[in-house]
Amino acid sequence: MVNQKVFFQGLKSLKGSKSPAIPLAACFVALGALLKDAGFNLQQSAASSLFTYALPGQLVMAESLLVGASLVNIFIAVWLVNFRLYPMTVSLFPLLEHKAQPKWKYYLSCHFLAVTSWLIAKDGYKKINKKHRIDFWIGIGIGTWTTAILMTVLGYLAADYLNKDMLIGLAIVNPVYFFCMMIGAMKNLSISIAVVGGTILGPLIYLVSTEWALLFAGLIAGTIAFLFGGQNGK
Amino acid sequence: MESSQIIILAIIATSLATFISRFMGALTSEKVSVKSKIFQWFNCVAYSTLAALLGRMIIFPAGVLAESDLIIRLFVVFICVVIFILSKKNLVIPTIFSAIMLSILSNFQY
Repeated sequence: MVNQKVFFQGLKSLKGSKSPAIPLAACFVALGALLKDAGFNLQQSAASSLFTYALPGQLVMAESLLVGASLVNIFIAVWLVNFRLYPMTVSLFPLLEHKAQPKWKYYLSCHFLAVTSWLIAKDGYKKINKKHRIDFWIGIGIGTWTTAILMTVLGYLAADYLNKDMLIGLAIVNPVYFFCMMIGAMKNLSISIAVVGGTILGPLIYLVSTEWALLFAGLIAGTIAFLFGGQNGK
Repeated sequence: MESSQIIILAIIATSLATFISRFMGALTSEKVSVKSKIFQWFNCVAYSTLAALLGRMIIFPAGVLAESDLIIRLFVVFICVVIFILSKKNLVIPTIFSAIMLSILSNFQY
């Protein structure tokens, strides 16, 4: 079924100097506290991370509920902010593809796709034998996903002990981690253009349209990077 | 409708809206070869969409982060990136440092 050695290799990416455990813990603890504030109970908070497991979407959900948005509006707003998961999946899963592996592994494990797990997988897949890469991914996914759920619960329970300055401090950890990982990933021209272009265009387009900013910034900067970056993107 | 029902429906709506993109991605991946140009394009778009999200999170954050000053956030990110590079790409040190630094700095803000 799942190659255990490779699975644990993936799981172990939670340890070490590139560990995503701290940023994951920081942002999901902050999320747990926020969900409590938004009127969620403990089970609902845990369920949100269990079934959604995508922080920006969960933040949009909590904020939309607070302003009394309709379900349809929540659905559209979340879809737009989490649409990034589509190009992310398409730029990762072909690397994990192997004929000997059953399809259900891919269909189920796509749920683990989030910025953190994606960055780790992109960073480490080359070291793994092609045949077992999907098991490596499942290992990364199980590790990051369970961390997120447990930390949401912890954040919910610790909400009363966290003051505002601490929550602000926790909230910056994730962007800082992503930023460092992205800079680490800028190994060739096309990715460098994509990262720099996206960082500039994202906030700029946000001034015009809050909802469509990510989609347009990603498409425009990504296409520019593809056209001018040469054929070296991996 | 009771508020707990609304919350449960919101969780379902959010989870579905999120899973659609992942699952569509898994389906599309079956037809995309690693060596194709379309894969290269998706790769570029993925990185730039992520970067756009990051840029937005730092410049126009949602939630509590919005209560800190923009200049302080930029300063913290800049210092942490420098630490990351100087520490030979260690991620634990800059991430812990960022939380401590922003907590302290935003405390002085008022």
